[in-house]
Amino acid sequence: MSAVDTHPTRTPDAPAPVSRATSPLHDTALVFVRELRPVVRDPFSVIFGIIQPLFFLGLFTPLLVASSGQSTADTLQWFVPGVIVMLALFGTSTTGANLQFEMQTGSHERTLVSPLSRSSLMIGRALKEIVPTIVQALVIVGVAVPFGFRPDLAGLVVGLVVLSVFCVGLGALSYALALAVKENQWAFWGVQQTLLFPLMLLAGILLPLQGAPGWLEALSKVNPLTYVVDAERALIEGSWNGDAVAGAAAAAITCVVGLVVGARAMRASS
Amino acid sequence: MDTMIETRGLTREFHTGKKTVTAVKDLDLHIAQGEMVALLGPNGAGKSTTLRMLTTLLAPTTGSATVAGHDVVTDQRAVRRAIGYIGQGNSAAHAQRAIDELVVSGQSYGLSRTQARTRAAELMESLGLSEQAKQKVMTLSGGQRRRLDIAMGLIHAPGLLFLDEPSTGLDPQNRANLQEHILDLRHRHGATVVLTTHYLDEADALAERIVVVDNGRVVADDTPAALKADHAGDRIALTFSSPGDASRAAERASAAHPAAQVTHTSRAVDIQVAGGSGIVAGLLGDYAQAGITPSTVEVARPTLDDVFLSLTGRSLREGRTDTSIDTLEEVAA
Repeated sequence: MSAVDTHPTRTPDAPAPVSRATSPLHDTALVFVRELRPVVRDPFSVIFGIIQPLFFLGLFTPLLVASSGQSTADTLQWFVPGVIVMLALFGTSTTGANLQFEMQTGSHERTLVSPLSRSSLMIGRALKEIVPTIVQALVIVGVAVPFGFRPDLAGLVVGLVVLSVFCVGLGALSYALALAVKENQWAFWGVQQTLLFPLMLLAGILLPLQGAPGWLEALSKVNPLTYVVDAERALIEGSWNGDAVAGAAAAAITCVVGLVVGARAMRASS
Repeated sequence: MDTMIETRGLTREFHTGKKTVTAVKDLDLHIAQGEMVALLGPNGAGKSTTLRMLTTLLAPTTGSATVAGHDVVTDQRAVRRAIGYIGQGNSAAHAQRAIDELVVSGQSYGLSRTQARTRAAELMESLGLSEQAKQKVMTLSGGQRRRLDIAMGLIHAPGLLFLDEPSTGLDPQNRANLQEHILDLRHRHGATVVLTTHYLDEADALAERIVVVDNGRVVADDTPAALKADHAGDRIALTFSSPGDASRAAERASAAHPAAQVTHTSRAVDIQVAGGSGIVAGLLGDYAQAGITPSTVEVARPTLDDVFLSLTGRSLREGRTDTSIDTLEEVAA
């Protein structure tokens, strides 16, 4: 400790505030706003999260164009929805690390002693994932448009809603992972990285899965991310087909499973 | 006086593999409203486990506890609303601004945004943190963070405050400051305060009642003064110029004060007796009559360490040699 702290030692007289019961909605909103605050004040993490997807967009698109022989615009039409899902995947799956840090420093324990309900502690945190994801997705779209990317507007809006639902579930799972491995950072990153790449590759984000060996295709069919990616491609193209419905369902299932697992992990947390 | 905390047979076990460790064993504790109680014991004694059960962080294995009239298992949220808690770590998240964490914390107890802001500003002012209000928690010094922890614990002016090792990691200056704040809270709000500590001076300075815990059990429960009087009287240390004088002095002391514990080694005599400071003058008079003159005389008040030593046969300052419950807790939890 550097300087000696000197300060007046008087706690205020007011015993006035008496704690009152609060609604789950109040609690969830409070947790959501608290989680969002550092992101808004310090948007560096949001900007940083776009850099990697931008590299894929800038350096991988030409390779796709070269290997497929299609135009840049057509390639972007196929690739950009995948990049948007990828950035959501990267950003949201790592969010548990923030909770893990709060578990180490002690503030997580303090929230557990507060009257905030366990599910609101989880849902509020998970809902926050929506905001950086949408901002980042819109930046990617904005960057791709001058190169010929033409999203269907209504489809893009619905696509972002589907992605948001998926992110809430994935974020909750990331928090659940942090709660499960407790303060073991190595375990958190080990599991996150181990799952991240197979999920991404099997979802056909970078390359189409058509013509893949049967076993690989089978694996991709059990990957919920596959359906989300297909739905984003369909919606952004403006086709309101079965792919869109399947993707919305996959996102909703991920969301429900994530929140249930997450809230359970939060309740078991001490 | 009204009951604030009541535990019956409160027990907590931790399992690691096939081994079961009982961190807290059959604890019956009654704490009345307005009391200021310190749980004192070495690391691994079960102090923190007790506190974690009382604050709903940990479920008891068996037994029950009511805190502020609410059961810690069946009515957790009511307990949480009624208490303030200052843990061993930092209450405020490092990525947040100090003021934001305080306000959100106040709102989580149902204060309106305005109430929470007013209260937060008052607390920061009184804790000398006003200039740091808009700083990120990670940029605060250790002492500033600890004061912010105190503010977080007091934001809703709880009637019952738990502090887990509140001064660990603080320099003496900040430790003294913290003690002043706790005493102040007590005097102004009549709050009930329960703290754990392994600092003897802290328990001595703060608590009106000390519960000495060892191996998960309460081994003594009394005021600091009574504990010292009952378990470790004053110590009178004398030295003499010759071994002969010393042994004669020891005999005379034993004869005059049968309750005293007298030990003597060559030229030194140690007398341990309740109210020792009051008998020194008489003792020296007796020695003068017998023609014995001590070279040096020293009277020491007993410390809580002496009390602990007398109760358990071990010094509080010694590290525990057996497996620490804290470590097991981490594995099992």
